[in-house]
Amino acid sequence: MLQIRLHGRGGQGVVTAAEMLTLAAFYEGHFAQAFPSFGSERTGAPVVAYARIDNKDIRTHEPIQKPNVVLIQDKTLLGSVDVFGGLDPNGFAVINSKDAPEVVVPEIVKMLPKGHVFTVPATDFAMQKIGKPLPGAPMLAALAAVTDILKLESVQKAFQARYPGKIGDANAETAALAYNYIKGE
Amino acid sequence: MLEQIEGSLGVAKAVALCRPGVVCAYPISPQTHIVENLGKFVKNGELKDCDFLNVESEFSAISVSIGSEVGGARTYTATASQGLLFMTEGIYSASGLGLPIVMTVASRAIGGPINIWNDHSDSLSQRDSGWLQLFCESNQDAVDTHIMAFKIAEKVGLPVMVCMDGFVLTHAFERLDIPSQETVDKFLKPYEPKEYLNTKEPVSIGAMVGPEAFTEVRLLQQRKMAKALDVIEEVTKEYRELTGSKSGGLLDCYNCENADLKLIILGSTVGTAKDEIDRLKAEGINVGIISLKSFRPFPYAAIKEAIGDTKQVICVERAFSFGARGIICPEVKRAVEGTSCDVKTVVAGLGGRPIFGTTINGIVKDALAGKFTEEFTFFDVNADVLNSYTQKHEGVTFNKGPINQSAIEKSVKA
Repeated sequence: MLQIRLHGRGGQGVVTAAEMLTLAAFYEGHFAQAFPSFGSERTGAPVVAYARIDNKDIRTHEPIQKPNVVLIQDKTLLGSVDVFGGLDPNGFAVINSKDAPEVVVPEIVKMLPKGHVFTVPATDFAMQKIGKPLPGAPMLAALAAVTDILKLESVQKAFQARYPGKIGDANAETAALAYNYIKGE
Repeated sequence: MLEQIEGSLGVAKAVALCRPGVVCAYPISPQTHIVENLGKFVKNGELKDCDFLNVESEFSAISVSIGSEVGGARTYTATASQGLLFMTEGIYSASGLGLPIVMTVASRAIGGPINIWNDHSDSLSQRDSGWLQLFCESNQDAVDTHIMAFKIAEKVGLPVMVCMDGFVLTHAFERLDIPSQETVDKFLKPYEPKEYLNTKEPVSIGAMVGPEAFTEVRLLQQRKMAKALDVIEEVTKEYRELTGSKSGGLLDCYNCENADLKLIILGSTVGTAKDEIDRLKAEGINVGIISLKSFRPFPYAAIKEAIGDTKQVICVERAFSFGARGIICPEVKRAVEGTSCDVKTVVAGLGGRPIFGTTINGIVKDALAGKFTEEFTFFDVNADVLNSYTQKHEGVTFNKGPINQSAIEKSVKA
């Protein structure tokens, strides 16, 4: 079972991103489960959401304490929330930033295996195509690019299913930008 | 059809498939998404011939539900926590009148202090209300149990509360198998009320009953509950044969063959516990889980059979009775009366404190080591939080780890 923890702030679509992650996994034939941490649904407040992917029925409903992957949608959380808490020593981290991982989280780059920490300017991509700071789709696309968990097409399809029309398409375009950004590195 | 959706949407779809004539809605977290989705289905025409009524309070929601059911319409509503308590007067009327309303309780702690998170204090507070109370261990179980609930309610002539863990299930986004309309239509026929208000043949429903017949009315309610035990099993069997589902039933056993210890658990904790029990099995520790689905009626005989020869049973309880002890444990003790089975309560997971696999592991290890020396123990209590109050105000400190009833009593005398 693969366990993913998503960190962000209220209003950035963290819970939606977790749900879309599982929808993408569902399209690829996996069992998947997403759920938010409850009670902090205020704009700007730190928000955590969880996702699990497996090839069999997922029975547990406990919050994820030892994630294989952390997705950090807002780098201002880095100093205030223990976003890497419990992260698998062989796990992955994806951070929304234009700066290189060595600049943003040098200690995490040292801790995890080489090539397991990535940054992607997800908010910039979202502003270009969606016109709003909603980094969910590019973050998931970055995850698709750095691991074999998901295909880009599944991430795009998930957002297009949730937001049919312009908004879904803009999310799909944003996802492609982030995917190509990582793949081009 | 398989869908990746929120539990609340799954339940809304299940309810819509049952073709209710009336849905009463008043929002309260964590139930709100269910009735919001039903409202959308009525508006967009997916749910036809249904009156969706926005009312001004939970008291109105249950009152309108009683009215519409007495008028002969299949009726659904949903609530949680304080909302359920605000309904209470009507809840007792609904069961007393034998009205087969189906209501979701998205279980949430009762305040004060205010707390929006999940435990079972709301649903279990209605233990003696005369409603059937069916607990769901997963969202698939919740989808299927709602469909079965209408049939069970109408066959028995009593209302049913379908209790699903708030947030943990209602807000989880998972793979759900939603049956087709054709399947549900085959399973659940159009509602034919036995008795309803009809201007052509006027009757009075809900008249006063004095001392000359009140006892007999109550005995007949108890008789319906006895019938409900069989009906739940029959309806579950029929539904499983039709859909291939594993949901429903009075209870469900997991790894119960030759288990040294059995845990009795209600709700979504069952899934978390199953994963932990598999890990313990790899260590050579054999623990069974009895997932209690029907709390009312309480399946005494089925519980006794499920416990079998096992000598130690722990009820993991997410609510308790102030000034007394556990709520589930006394029922289980009644079920095994006269045997040498030891039954105890371990309280955990109040007000949204998560029950992790490690929590279950701790309960099992402590139980097998004989550390639960009393009937009633708070397991996942944080002594630091507790002492920050008691030490400052009374100079009393508690040891770290589980706290049992005598430690609480001793601390008062200190």
